[in-house]
Amino acid sequence: MNDVLIDLKNLTFLYDGEKVLDDLSLQIRDKEFVTLLGPSGCGKTTTLRIIGGFLTPHSGDVFFDGKRMNDIPPHKREVNTVFQRYALFPHLNVYDNVAFGLKVKKLPKAEIHKRVTEMLETVNLGGFEKRNVSQLSGGQQQRVAIARALVNYPKVLLLDEPLGALDLKLRKEMQLELKRIQQQLEITFVYVTHDQEEALTMSDTVVVMQDGVIQQVGSPQDIYNEPQNAFVADFIGESNIYDGIMLKDCLVKFAGVILPCVDKGFRRNQPVDLVIRPEDIKFVDPAETDLTGTVTSVIFKGVHYEMEVMVNDLLWVVHSTAAKTVGETVGLAVDPFDIHIMEKMFATDKNYVDGEVVEENTVEFLGVQFERENLGLPVGEKVSLVIDPEDIEVVSEDISDATVYLESLIYKGAYNELIIWLNETELILHSQNDEQVATDIGVKFDFDKIEIKPFAGDGEAGE
Amino acid sequence: MTKVKKKRRVGSNLYLGLVFLFLYLPIIVMMVFSFNESKSRANFTGFTFKWYADLFENDLIMNSFWNTILIAVLSSVIATILGTLAAIGISNMKKAARKTVMNGTYLPIINPEIVTGVSLCLLFVSLAGFFGLQFGFTTVLIAHITFVLPYVILNVLPKLRQMDKSIYEAALDLGCNPWKAYWKVVLPEIMPGIFAGFLMSFTYSLDDFIITYFVSGSGFQTLPVTIYGMVRKKVNPQINALSTILFVVVLLLLVLMNIKSAKSAKKAKEKNY
Repeated sequence: MNDVLIDLKNLTFLYDGEKVLDDLSLQIRDKEFVTLLGPSGCGKTTTLRIIGGFLTPHSGDVFFDGKRMNDIPPHKREVNTVFQRYALFPHLNVYDNVAFGLKVKKLPKAEIHKRVTEMLETVNLGGFEKRNVSQLSGGQQQRVAIARALVNYPKVLLLDEPLGALDLKLRKEMQLELKRIQQQLEITFVYVTHDQEEALTMSDTVVVMQDGVIQQVGSPQDIYNEPQNAFVADFIGESNIYDGIMLKDCLVKFAGVILPCVDKGFRRNQPVDLVIRPEDIKFVDPAETDLTGTVTSVIFKGVHYEMEVMVNDLLWVVHSTAAKTVGETVGLAVDPFDIHIMEKMFATDKNYVDGEVVEENTVEFLGVQFERENLGLPVGEKVSLVIDPEDIEVVSEDISDATVYLESLIYKGAYNELIIWLNETELILHSQNDEQVATDIGVKFDFDKIEIKPFAGDGEAGE
Repeated sequence: MTKVKKKRRVGSNLYLGLVFLFLYLPIIVMMVFSFNESKSRANFTGFTFKWYADLFENDLIMNSFWNTILIAVLSSVIATILGTLAAIGISNMKKAARKTVMNGTYLPIINPEIVTGVSLCLLFVSLAGFFGLQFGFTTVLIAHITFVLPYVILNVLPKLRQMDKSIYEAALDLGCNPWKAYWKVVLPEIMPGIFAGFLMSFTYSLDDFIITYFVSGSGFQTLPVTIYGMVRKKVNPQINALSTILFVVVLLLLVLMNIKSAKSAKKAKEKNY
């Protein structure tokens, strides 16, 4: 099982000077169903196109069966692609579309006929040979696209969000069908999607990506049950994510309570993120627990009720088959192994940045300048600044102090935790509003509250 | 109520009739006189096919007719090939470069023909000194390719831009090298545009007088130039006959094309069900 088929080493890809892939390394094994999962703009399609040969990485290497493939053009690679919008040839009928690759390879007619017929059978399109592709439904076009790629017996099939254009019911059918085809033909599938459910349903291995970086690689169970960080937890399934402090091994303080957990190896009093899945929270008698709160919303979801409970000013989302009523006081309980502890995505609780006095009573940091009366420091003096996450506010770009790139946004029960990039530096801030991630937003600083300290030297992380 | 409606319809029909009369009367008069026995342009003295017979005997006219066809076929074929290649190149350009080149492409179309004609004439005169270029077949061919080229580009480019780019990548993915991918997949997709561009260049070349007049010289004449030369002396009824034939041929072509496009529209409609 350990035979690596595709080996991506330290791939970096730039688009218009922006890093789309940042030092990405990934190994894909033979006969494996691998899904690249992430929000739009995370670099998953770019990765796929590099494997397909349509893009060349700016640095790093692509190995295929041990051979370096960087400069091999797409038509000489043993991979085939199912494109996002199928990309069927409109001037050819179903048979000729599927036979296209074999005809290019100049295979004997009888062989072509046999393989095309067989493959159309495999995708349940027997009898559709003479149809014009524009006469087919979306699902049927999809099957033609898959047959057209698979008939070449590629070692790897690349699929770029192939089910995105189909409706929900058809999509579920095709998910199972794709899995069946993959197992039947024993071909490696590399599948790109932003749909976490799709990824969990089909894959042997899920690769969660964000901003050109792999966040976690693992089986669907691993990814769901043991998310590496708050981004993965937030992206896969529904979750309650809170700030917490690891008091010692197997004991975490959060939301005003101290609960036992099963995680070890963190520093004493280390700030952490923790995840509790809504289905892992149970209702208990309020008298038996410290976790008591008031139900604020109840929504019927079919299999379960989705309820929101306010506990010590933090919002808990609970899934349960037992309905509560709005306003009811409830007790909550969580088993220790259902509390997942994760390293924080941002190393510190506040922002620590370097600045410089550029004029009298004026300080500049990361390209932003502000005035401070009676600063009493000479021009040219370096300083260290401490900015509280509460003192950065998201505003519209025309009244902002700076335009920043929003990397991630995670709801922490009472506020959104945003991680932004300003002049190649990561900053953290808290906001009540939802913003679109992977876009530019404007921010405003509360300059009066920025703490100015004597310069502590480079690399100071505020420990 | 109905009476008013009817009245209005009579009025609008009458207006329509007048418009058509205004448009077609000159042609009708010309056609009628092409069958006139006498050379007079005022009196119809009797019916005859004489002018038609003379026409086919007239070497000057027949020569220029074949010249015109030759130039139209050659210039439109060459322009179609060059223009299609140019369109493929332009469609792959970055946005700024594409805009600049496209503006350059529009220029010959919006430029007054007389300016294009005179400037080409001057260019050929100056080139004549260097390369011994003679006014004649070559200069006319070059001039025609030059002014029909934009029509090909303007017909092919939209087809390329409408096309789903990933079908080209799909062809590469299935083992075609870039040339083969263009040949087998892109070309069939943009064929309607190429054909429209070809037809347009053919008609514009066939039809051109002004530019050809400046670059043809005395040894090599196309039909419009010859007709102009003959009319300057006196209107020969053979011209009427020739013009009638041209009109009927064009009319037939137009009817044929309309029937064809109606048929393909019907086909496309059926396809959607």
